[in-house]
Amino acid sequence: MLTTISNKTVSLNEEGYLTDFSQWDKTIAHEIAQQTGIDLTPRHWDVINYVQDQHTKEIPLTIRNVGKSGVVDIKEFYQLFPAGPLKTCTKIAGIPKPVSCI
Amino acid sequence: METTTVFTSKQNGAIKNENEVIKKMMIILSKASLENVYAAFILANGARSEGIEAEMFFTFFGLEAIQKKKLEHLHVATVGNPAMHIPTMLGGLPGMEAFATSMMQKEMDKLDIPPVHEFLEILSASGVKLWACKLAMDMFHLKKEDLIDDLDGVLTVGDFYQRGSGPGMHMLFV
Repeated sequence: MLTTISNKTVSLNEEGYLTDFSQWDKTIAHEIAQQTGIDLTPRHWDVINYVQDQHTKEIPLTIRNVGKSGVVDIKEFYQLFPAGPLKTCTKIAGIPKPVSCI
Repeated sequence: METTTVFTSKQNGAIKNENEVIKKMMIILSKASLENVYAAFILANGARSEGIEAEMFFTFFGLEAIQKKKLEHLHVATVGNPAMHIPTMLGGLPGMEAFATSMMQKEMDKLDIPPVHEFLEILSASGVKLWACKLAMDMFHLKKEDLIDDLDGVLTVGDFYQRGSGPGMHMLFV
């Protein structure tokens, strides 16, 4: 599905995740974050950069791994993205929603 | 700046009524076999990772999962468990439970499923409330000191029901 965010046309899947990471930029990230009720702070960006990096390296993302990354602990991860940390931060980061149950 | 509302309600088709959304999962764990303990943990953790609140109530043998001395020694049930696909008499042989448990733990390691003590830490850090059943504690002569430090408190059944009242609350018994 094609839609317009910040005057840019991007394609999204049915859950609102970008299907092409090359269309992602920081303005889009801010816009998606606003839609989920989050104002991005430097701490959010630390996590977003980390999950994008893991995605580039094709390392599967789990909340446990993020908690062990040294970037953020699980408690803060939930505070930064209260409505489901992993699914929210990957959506903002423009990468696919992780499929793990853990 | 042009914005759209695609990220909210339209995304999933129909706009959901507030009462149709799961707000909180109240999970009661009454068993100590590893497969049941993990099922309850994964359900609670899965709720939190979807942004759903979750609380756990440990009662009867479920209390073993939050006892400092016992939580790392939980076993898979090999007797009375038809999914084992072995004769019940074999399941009762010495060492069978330990064998089945280590097989299951190896598979769980591959899937990055944490051991019990770490799983409890993750649940607590994720905001899952962990409650012990008062009656079962009295029955097994347990004190609060015997239970994990992350425990949120000791409740009666009535207290637990109170916490689970309201729209969008769901209760699960394991």
